[in-house]
Amino acid sequence: MKLTQLSVFLENKQGRLYEVCALLGKNKINIRALTVAESEEFGILRIVVDKPESAMRVLKKNGFTANLTDIVAVEVGDHPGGLAGILKILFAGNINVEYMYGFVEKFSDNALLVFRFEDINKAIKVLGKNKIRIVGKKEVDNL
Amino acid sequence: MSKLPEVRYWSKEFETIDRPSLKKLQVKRLKETVSCALKTSFYKARLKKAGINGPEDIKTLDDLEKIPFTTKDDLRECYPGGLLSVSLEEVVRIHTSSGTTGTPTVIYHTGADVDRWTDLVARSITATGAGRKDIFQNMMSYGMFTGGLGLHYGAERVGMTVIPIGGGNTRRQIQLMHDFKTTVLHITPSYMLHIHSKTGECGFSVNDLNLRKAYLGAEPYSENTRRKVESLFNIDVYNSYGLSEMNGPGVAFECVYKCGMHTWEDAYILEITDPKTRESLGPEKEGEIVFTTLTRKATPLLRYRTRDLAFVHGGECRCKRTHRRLSRITGRTDDMLIVNGVNVYPSQIEEVIMRVPQVGNNYQICLEKEGTLDKLIVKVEIYSKMFRGDLGEIEILKEKIKTELRAAIVINAVIELHEPGVLPVFEGKAKRVIDTRQKL
Repeated sequence: MKLTQLSVFLENKQGRLYEVCALLGKNKINIRALTVAESEEFGILRIVVDKPESAMRVLKKNGFTANLTDIVAVEVGDHPGGLAGILKILFAGNINVEYMYGFVEKFSDNALLVFRFEDINKAIKVLGKNKIRIVGKKEVDNL
Repeated sequence: MSKLPEVRYWSKEFETIDRPSLKKLQVKRLKETVSCALKTSFYKARLKKAGINGPEDIKTLDDLEKIPFTTKDDLRECYPGGLLSVSLEEVVRIHTSSGTTGTPTVIYHTGADVDRWTDLVARSITATGAGRKDIFQNMMSYGMFTGGLGLHYGAERVGMTVIPIGGGNTRRQIQLMHDFKTTVLHITPSYMLHIHSKTGECGFSVNDLNLRKAYLGAEPYSENTRRKVESLFNIDVYNSYGLSEMNGPGVAFECVYKCGMHTWEDAYILEITDPKTRESLGPEKEGEIVFTTLTRKATPLLRYRTRDLAFVHGGECRCKRTHRRLSRITGRTDDMLIVNGVNVYPSQIEEVIMRVPQVGNNYQICLEKEGTLDKLIVKVEIYSKMFRGDLGEIEILKEKIKTELRAAIVINAVIELHEPGVLPVFEGKAKRVIDTRQKL
């Protein structure tokens, strides 16, 4: 149920983001979702890719500082209040969201969001109990 | 600025003592110092080895050469009690400095030691022509740093009105300078220039102030900077030199003629030595300053190598003081950095960085000017294995390094995190300090 996300530490330097993306492209690794968290002098690029382990290998080999993190992809109704509905459930279940971002593609007719939770197992339980659909790796790969 | 300067003395008898009498006094006091030193565990062993078993082994000043040098490392190894020559009951004050690798050094003072120190500072202040009518704003830090307390007590002894504000808080400094018509400042040169740049912002002009003099010290600066500060504020600037191992300020100070710092030779034996050959150097020749305390009972120091480079001016001073004049400090024999008046060794910074598991072994220390003040930037590389992908964690890490550095070196550094492999790697001797500051 968990997906793997890659986090890459990037200095705030011109061309650095390009270098990561070019490297992944050259190695035929496809980016499915991404976001950048930034501070003044550095940023953290977070990506969901089709082959996280090989992406990790390629990045490390090329001197990037990267890390694998467990995240959850959740199907969210693409209509007003869709996200609020999910967040309400999480809030009621006392689940803290560290960060979240969206997939590039839709999943069937719904939006697909990536969540990083403080307590991922508890979050999966709460979402499952409330019949919220968590999207697995196979389905993401077939997008 | 001033026409014919008026020469005033605090203790004329000692300040204008003829050289032969001064030398006699030095021998007498050196014997006393050796007696004190022999009561410390450190010197007991070291002096005996050098064949000095008592004051009777010192007959003339030439016998000084028999005494081995004392270094900062010796002080560190003696921490905390190896150089204490009286019982702790007699000690009224302790000043420690952080040392180069985290091991501190300590200087103890008896009540009489502090009293004699205070007298030297009072003498220094009087030599600049200041007195009891002056309002003295002491902008040097108080606490363990000897610059604040040293001048404070001396100024009170002279009878000045002392404003013990300490360092920082520029707005308040300017406000108080204005409200109390401060006439004399004690301050670092870089902070003095900073104050000038902020005076306008605070709604004042230099003409609203009543300044007459400033004692600039704690960092090296040039004759040009003196002239610049003098003309910016329309005041007289006097150079001050001291170090905590020799009490602090009040070791050497300029008189109204501003032509080098009279070193109070009835309290310290001053030697200038070749840093390599250890040979004693004559006037106008640059070398390492070496001091021997002559009047401190609690922590006597013999032939202490300061690592400061300077020379002694030849000739006599028009003020009639017979105490030789020390030049500006021209450099260091080690890698010590001076950041806004605070002494820092790169090894102290390294020690802190190496304690943090999240950063790699490579680092760089950059010094820049931000306005007239110094900015210390510590660049470190994040350690790949410790990276968890969390931005907050990295911000906490930066804050942690900053806090630990502040605790170790009392400076607010800017921490920059870099990707591994970005900072230059060195084979052989690393050049980790990049100092782009222009010398004041």
